[in-house]
Amino acid sequence: MDWQAFWLTIRLAVVVAAVLTVVGLPIAYWMTYSRWRWKFLVEAVIALPIVLPPTVLGFYVLVALGSHSPLGRWWQALTGHTLAFTFTGLVIGSIVYSLPFAVQPFAAGFAAVDTRLLAASATLGASKLRTFLRVVLPLSVPGLITGVVLSFAHTMGEFGVVLMVGGNIPGVTRTVSIDIYDRVQALDYGSANQTALVLLGISFVAMCLVYGVNRRVWVWWK
Amino acid sequence: MLEIRITKRFAEGEREFVMESECVCAPGITILFGASGAGKTTLLDCVAGLGSPDAGRIAVGNRVFFDCEQGLNLAVQRRGVGYVFQDLALFPHLSAEENIGYGLSGKERTTRTGEILESFSIAHLRKRKPREISGGERQRVALARALVIDPCVLLLDEPLAALDAPTKSKMINDLRAWNQAHGIPIIYVTHSREEVFALGERVVVLENGKIVAQGTPHEVMTAPRQESVAQLVGFENVFDAAVVAILEYRGTMRCRLAGSKVELETPLVRVKSGSSQRVGIRAGDILLATIRPQGLSARNVLPGRVLSLEERDMIVVARVDCGVDMTVHLTLAARDVLELQPGREVWLVVKTHSCHVMAK
Repeated sequence: MDWQAFWLTIRLAVVVAAVLTVVGLPIAYWMTYSRWRWKFLVEAVIALPIVLPPTVLGFYVLVALGSHSPLGRWWQALTGHTLAFTFTGLVIGSIVYSLPFAVQPFAAGFAAVDTRLLAASATLGASKLRTFLRVVLPLSVPGLITGVVLSFAHTMGEFGVVLMVGGNIPGVTRTVSIDIYDRVQALDYGSANQTALVLLGISFVAMCLVYGVNRRVWVWWK
Repeated sequence: MLEIRITKRFAEGEREFVMESECVCAPGITILFGASGAGKTTLLDCVAGLGSPDAGRIAVGNRVFFDCEQGLNLAVQRRGVGYVFQDLALFPHLSAEENIGYGLSGKERTTRTGEILESFSIAHLRKRKPREISGGERQRVALARALVIDPCVLLLDEPLAALDAPTKSKMINDLRAWNQAHGIPIIYVTHSREEVFALGERVVVLENGKIVAQGTPHEVMTAPRQESVAQLVGFENVFDAAVVAILEYRGTMRCRLAGSKVELETPLVRVKSGSSQRVGIRAGDILLATIRPQGLSARNVLPGRVLSLEERDMIVVARVDCGVDMTVHLTLAARDVLELQPGREVWLVVKTHSCHVMAK
């Protein structure tokens, strides 16, 4: 088993899950409480990665990060190299790819909080931020855990986007699923099997966590 | 003094609901009375700032909450309105103490929360979550949470609906005592007659978003001229009726109930002969006899047949066909002594003054 690829993937998934928590919470908040008429358009865009082929998504991310796009040029001017085929580029691609897996459970968690509680909080003088921190967040813990775990697990197993955006550079962009693919290509079924089993185990544990939390098998947050 | 003058329009599919209300609530308890869907909660939400009227003005003394002409709409957080919600809306993840202290900050939180826990005799519950305490205790926590912030107006949305009688009267006493000490306008929503008489200094009756009657409970509830009020006040029997004779010299008139040959003698009110009215009779005001009674002062004695008997709480609800379907309330003892059963021939006795004539 390629431990370098393994730890790289873990690092990627942790960074992506962390960024998605920070970015996803305000997006989910807006999606839950906004009454904007065209909100559905934003919701559709955020949900796109669920149905879009990873290669298509990866292709667009690659183009957007490349030296022909404004973002790519700006990054190049800032750092002296392009974003494509770097770990940072991989993080950006993965964030887009896993966005719905964080935002949707967060939003579902927020939506399940009784709006009368928000009203009560407001009449007691609490600002929207305070209401969010003291009422909405604590009451949507299962949704939060679901979002974080799903975005972590989804990033762990991504393949198409990584291949398009990151290529296959050991220690930089070579993740476990790419590693599995390479081993199979080299007819090294033994070690492909080992790595695949590890991914299977991680995914299974992640799913157990999600369903257990939502079925309230463990309730440690209140 | 709380002044409310609001207009608010809702369109739900093809149904349009227009709220158009104007009232002044003096310090003390004002009962807001109305059927569900009359707009009671909408009115409270507008005062609290949880909903915005389309036009009008809401002010407490010289503090203006909302003024359409000045484009003023004070945020909920800055209104200082105490609101006890119908479902209480206690924070399920916080203890009783944390719920009560939610609206306070700093040192005040501990001291004032402690005080109110003591004075509401719920200090022993301070560490418990809402789901770990009884309905009555939850109600006290919700009331304490609303009062501890020293509100300038208190809104209570059917706060006692789910309570048993002894708990209810304890809460009413707490509220009375608090009201005497603080003297702020309190709007109390209910559709229970008992609560209206137990609490109210003033009643405002809301129907379809409009105020149809206001005054002391006695004025509003005992002689209702609006049918909506009548149904709320608890006339189990309401019939369309045509005035067939006006007997001015006797101070009565005769009304025929629509779709039947039944004629009732009712008190005289200012209506034209032949005009159509409504007659309301409380089920508890009707006597039931198994043989034709004689030598009675009551002017309406109607033959009929028992259709059904149903035991509800401590009374028996009888439906009697006497040309119209009449609901009669009896005690359990009366049912047993009269050996009432469905199919039994009976006589209904209704006093003239138990027949309330109302505008249609």
